Amino acid sequence: MSAMSTTLSGIGRRWDGVVDRYNALPKPARLGLVILFAAFVYLLPLLRPPILTTNNIDFGGVMFSVAAFALVAVGLNIVIGYAGLLDLGYVGFYAVGAYTTGVLTTYHWHWPFFLALPLAIAVTMVTGVILGAPTLRVRGDYLAIVTLGFGEIIRITVKNVEWVGASAGIKDISHPNTIGAAPNPPFDRGGMFDVPRLQWDGIIPSLDRDHPTAVLAFGAVDAIPYYWVILTALILVLVGDRLVKSSRVGRAWEATREDEDAAELMGVPTFKYKLMAFALGAAIGGLSGAFYASGQGGYISPDSFPLLLSMLFVAAVIVGGSGNRWGAIVGGALVAYLPERFREFADYRLLFFGLALSVLAIWRPEGLLPPRRSRRAKAVEAEIEALEEGALEGSTHA
Amino acid sequence: MPDTTPAKKALLEVDDVTIKFGGLTAMDSVSFQIREGEILGLIGPNGAGKTTCFNVMTGVYQATSGEVRLDGVSLAGRRRHKITQLGLARTFQNIRLFKSMTVLENVMVGADAHSKVGFFDALFRLPRHRRTEEEALAKAKGLLDLVGIKARHDELAANLSYGEQRRLEIARAMATGPKLLCLDEPAAGFNPAEKVQLMQLIKKVRDQGYTVLLIEHDMKLVMGVTDRIVVLEFGKKIAEGTPAEIRDNPAVIAAYLGVDEEDAS
Ligand SMILES: Nc1ncnc2c1ncn2[C@@H]1O[C@H](COP(=O)(O)OP(=O)(O)O)[C@@H](O)[C@H]1O
Ligand SMILES: [Mg+2]
Repeated sequence: MSAMSTTLSGIGRRWDGVVDRYNALPKPARLGLVILFAAFVYLLPLLRPPILTTNNIDFGGVMFSVAAFALVAVGLNIVIGYAGLLDLGYVGFYAVGAYTTGVLTTYHWHWPFFLALPLAIAVTMVTGVILGAPTLRVRGDYLAIVTLGFGEIIRITVKNVEWVGASAGIKDISHPNTIGAAPNPPFDRGGMFDVPRLQWDGIIPSLDRDHPTAVLAFGAVDAIPYYWVILTALILVLVGDRLVKSSRVGRAWEATREDEDAAELMGVPTFKYKLMAFALGAAIGGLSGAFYASGQGGYISPDSFPLLLSMLFVAAVIVGGSGNRWGAIVGGALVAYLPERFREFADYRLLFFGLALSVLAIWRPEGLLPPRRSRRAKAVEAEIEALEEGALEGSTHA
Repeated sequence: MPDTTPAKKALLEVDDVTIKFGGLTAMDSVSFQIREGEILGLIGPNGAGKTTCFNVMTGVYQATSGEVRLDGVSLAGRRRHKITQLGLARTFQNIRLFKSMTVLENVMVGADAHSKVGFFDALFRLPRHRRTEEEALAKAKGLLDLVGIKARHDELAANLSYGEQRRLEIARAMATGPKLLCLDEPAAGFNPAEKVQLMQLIKKVRDQGYTVLLIEHDMKLVMGVTDRIVVLEFGKKIAEGTPAEIRDNPAVIAAYLGVDEEDAS
C-alpha cells in the first residue's frame, strides 16, 4: 500500500528534479532542449517508436486525439485548476466549437477552415460568457449543476434542430485547405512534399517508403497533418497560459480559488476574474472542438458529445494534477491514449478506468503532477508530522 | 496629542449604524469618527459587535440603517473590492490567508488592488505589465521587511507560524494602499512579549502615515498604543475618549469586570 504511494509520489519528485535541472541550464541550452523536445513530439507519429505505437489502430489518428484531449485539459485546467470552478459540462463548449465549424465550413456556408476557426472560438467564448454571467455570481455548487445541465442541453438541442443536422449530424465536413500543391484525387494527395515514416524490426529502425505523409495535405487518409496543426495550437495555448498565469491575472484566479471573500476584500474583482477564466476555458474547448469537426473523420453528430466526455475531461485534469498545465497535458494524453493502446481489453475499458481513478483517489488525490506548491506543502506536512512524532518519543523517554 | 486637535478632519465616519441579525441587534445606532493619522482602539467584551462593525464598514454586511463614509464618500451598497480600492483594508480575526500561495504572492494580491493590468497586458507582456509587476514586487518586499517576515517570502503561507501569519495578514492589507487600516485582534493568541512587539509594529505603521483602527481585547495593551478609544457593549457604544478617560469610566469598568473574571479563569 505504501509502496504504491511512494511510487506515485516518486513521479512528482522526479518531475521536480527534471524541472530543477532544466531551470539550472544556461539559456541557449534550454532553448536547444525545448526545440529538440518539440521536434520529437512533432515527429512522434512518423518515428513510430515500438511499444508506444498502437498497432491495431492508426497511430497518427491516436496522436491527434491525444493532442486534442491535452488541449481540452489545458483549457479546463484554467477553469478548474486555476480559478477553482467545477465545470462539468465542458463537452458543451467542445460541441459549440465543433458545430460552429461544421455549419460555417460545410452545412450552410463554405468558409475555409482557418477563417471559420476564429469565429468558432469567438462563438464559444460568447456562449461561455452567457452561461457564466448569471451563474458565476452565485457561490457554491450551482455552477457544477448548471454546467452539467448545459452540456446536456447543447446535445439535446442539436439533436432536435434541423438547421444543424438534427440526429443525423453533419457529414463530410470540409477539411482545411491543403497547403502546397492541390490534391489531385484519387492518387495524388498534394501538399508540399512527402516524408517517409520509420518501421521497426525489434529495435532496428528502417525507412518505410510505402506510407509517406504528404506535408500539410489535409485529406481523409492521413491524420498526421491534422496532428501537427492541433499540436501547434496546443503549444500556442500553452505559451499564452504561462504568460497570463504568471501575472496579476493568475494571482487573482488563485486568490479567488483559495478564499473568495478574502480575495474580494483585498481588492480582487472576483466575478470578473471567474468569468474571464470561464470564458477562456470555453474558448479553448471551442478551439479543440473546431479541430475535431474538420479533422480526418469530418463527421459530427449529437452522439459525438455525450455526457461521459465531460467526465473524461474533468478526469483528465484531476488525474494529471489540477492546477499544473503539464499535469493537465499528461492527464489528457493518458485518458485519450490508454484506451486506444489497449484495445484488446476494450470491453473492460471503463472497469480499468474506474479502478485507476480509485487507486489515484486513494493514494494520490492531488493527481500525478500536482502544482509544485501542493507537493511542497505535503512535504512540510510530513516534516512536521515527523518532528511531532520525534518530540513525542522524546517526552516519553524523559 | 492628536485627540485634542479637532482641526484634524474625520477620515471615516460611522454614522448611526444599526444592523440586525433576525432578533439580535449586533450594532445599535453606533456612531464614531476616525481622524486622519490616529490609532483608534475599538474595544469591548466578546460578542460586543466589533467584528460586525468591520464587516459593515468593508461591505461584508449591509447596515440595516445608517451609513459609513470614507473621506465623505458613502460606502453603502458598494462592492467589496471597490471599498478596498477606495482605501479601506482589513485583517481577519480568524486568519484568512491564501494558504497555497507563497507569502510574497499573498502580499502581491493586495498590491494588485489598484493595478490596471488586464488579460492582454499580461498575454503580450506590454510595458504596463512589466512596470506594474516590478512596482508590486518592490512594494511587497518592502512591506514584508516592515512586518519582519521578509526572509520567509518564498514559503507557502500555510507553512508560516501563527505569529508570522498574523504579520502577513497586516502586510497584505497594507499592500492595498489603504487610507485606513483595520486590524481585527491582530495580537490574539500572542504571549505578552509578542503582543508588545506587535504594538510596536502598529506604532511604526502609524508613523508611516497610516490611520489605524485597532480591535483589541487586552485593555492594558490598548491603553499603551491608541490615541483614542471607542467602547462597545451589546452592540451599543458605551464610551469614547482618550485612554485616560476610558480607564476611569465607570461604565467601561463595569463592562470589563466580567472579562477580568474570564481572564482569571
Ligand atoms: N452573520 C451573523 N449572523 C447572526 N449573528 C451574527 C452574525 N455575525 C455576528 N453575529 C452576532 O453578532 C454579535 C456580535 O458579534 P461580533 O461582532 O463577532 O463580536 P466581537 O465584538 O466579539 O467581534 C454576536 O452575538 C454574534 O453572534
Ligand atoms: Mg470579533
